[in-house]
Amino acid sequence: MTAIDIGVPRGVPRKRHAPTARRHRRERIFKVVGLLATLVGLVALGALLFDLAYSGLPRLSWDFFLNFPSRRANIAGILSAWVGSLLVILVTGAIGIPLGVAAGIYLEEYARKNLLTNIIEINVSNLAGVPSIIYGLLALGLFVYGFGTGRSIFTAGLTLALLILPIIIVATREAIRAVPDSLREAALGLGATKWQVTRDHVLPAAMPGVLTGVIIGVSRALGETAPLITIGALTFIAFLPTPPITSEPPFISFQWLWDGFTVLPIQAFNWVSRPGDDFHANAAAAGLVLVLLTLGLNGIAIYLRYRLRKKLQW
Amino acid sequence: MASRLSAAQRRRIRIRERIIESALFLAATSSVLVTGGIVFVLLYESAAFFEHVPVITFLTDTVWTPLFADPRYGIMPLLCGTLVSTLVALAVAAPLGLTAALYLSEFAGPRVREFIKPTLELLSGVPTVVYGFFALLFVTPILQKIVPGLPGFNMLSAGIVIGIMIIPYVASLSEDAMRAVPQGLRDASYGLGATKLETAVKVVLPAATSGVAAAFVLGISRAVGETMIVAIAAGTQPNLTLDPREPAATITAFIVQVALGDLPHGSLPYQSIFAAGLMLFLLTLAFNIFSFWLRARYREVY
Repeated sequence: MTAIDIGVPRGVPRKRHAPTARRHRRERIFKVVGLLATLVGLVALGALLFDLAYSGLPRLSWDFFLNFPSRRANIAGILSAWVGSLLVILVTGAIGIPLGVAAGIYLEEYARKNLLTNIIEINVSNLAGVPSIIYGLLALGLFVYGFGTGRSIFTAGLTLALLILPIIIVATREAIRAVPDSLREAALGLGATKWQVTRDHVLPAAMPGVLTGVIIGVSRALGETAPLITIGALTFIAFLPTPPITSEPPFISFQWLWDGFTVLPIQAFNWVSRPGDDFHANAAAAGLVLVLLTLGLNGIAIYLRYRLRKKLQW
Repeated sequence: MASRLSAAQRRRIRIRERIIESALFLAATSSVLVTGGIVFVLLYESAAFFEHVPVITFLTDTVWTPLFADPRYGIMPLLCGTLVSTLVALAVAAPLGLTAALYLSEFAGPRVREFIKPTLELLSGVPTVVYGFFALLFVTPILQKIVPGLPGFNMLSAGIVIGIMIIPYVASLSEDAMRAVPQGLRDASYGLGATKLETAVKVVLPAATSGVAAAFVLGISRAVGETMIVAIAAGTQPNLTLDPREPAATITAFIVQVALGDLPHGSLPYQSIFAAGLMLFLLTLAFNIFSFWLRARYREVY
């Protein structure tokens, strides 16, 4: 048999490949290995949830939600923690969502291509990669001591708002970018102003995508621990913030913004760093509540995006 | 028939439009203010710190004991802790993330992918404090049965769990890079008689190298900045060692430990957490820029 010389010099052994059967066997093996490697993460997630549920479920009761933390593990609860989380998230949302969405709108709809826009864009993607604890240092140095906002709910909410800003900006921009130009042109052609087009047509069309980003951001803020430790969230709080409704006019008080606080992840951290199975069970229970909240929110976001992808047929 | 707008109305609309645009612009610049604030605070407090501690001492001294009566400020032990836990995380996330990406991009059917990708994403939605709990009270006890004499706090367990946490980042970014490889390259490889696996490993992977590398670097950056997992599971004792079985504090764990106590504002230990923070910021910034550069490179190719 004559082989066609394809340029391999004489004397150099040709590289032989493995027999076909073995090559196909490797292929089948990789299919299994690949699937297993992909599933490792899911198995870990399952183990984590199982572990939390196993040690934490027995502690979950109404009392656990309605009791303050205590030196005695069996009567300790997460009342101040979940109220604190709720209030901090309220502040975070009130600052972070409008700021992030507005920034996203500007960058996608209004910004001209110039140096400043470029700087802002690079800056946003860089901010997304800054470790969360650095935001804590920013808040400690600038807000707590610089602006004197103290170790308060307001400081915590503001810090987390800045932390989730890049997430919301990026999601808003992607959602707006997916809105077809024909929609804008139709509205502009009917005499709408730029803002009318944006408010009445672009934003409603982009809403599910924006919402996805907002939910993921809020869920991230809910689970953040490190930056709040840095600004000095207290780990042992046996009181609730000032009620927002008062008996005297004007009946609404914002005094709670300046109160000390704790949040769910910090309460869980406090319990996990104490020795003893009793407190660890409390940590598991608080962690379980937290993980169900954040995974629930993430699940909603993923579902929204999935529905969006199915429906989006511009 | 719509009535025509009067000149006054037109002017009002124009003014309103301009105000709105300015407000949106201000919102967009807020992100620049955040970066400015971060850089300012870190530099300002670190400058005060470096007035007392020479930069050379900070970078070369091998002992970090800011809270002792005789304080010493050598960042090496903290850097070492960060390095070791990051390497362990990478040893977990790199092979698993890469294999998962190859599988999802080249082998999995659309149905499997539709299910697995979002579920993997959930991994990055778990709060880090919960991962810390998992590392300390689930992974460490298991490891202690395998590695004799493993202490309760160790970098191995923290690193493994960080690795699990960053799998979604590594896998998803690597998969994006692989999917960006043109189908023509695969078809050519199949045409030469290569199997799917051979095509994946010898054609797709090399073509996606810089994107995959970018994914790894971003994963490293996440691991370097991870705080709660190491603070809970690896201990808060600075320890100059490369042995992952030992407990050691990372840069982030040190900041948490100091912040938990009540340090007087303006004291040297207070300033030391900003110096440590500056170090961390520069490290992650370098990794992020490197990753950005790698990704920009692979975008150019196709």
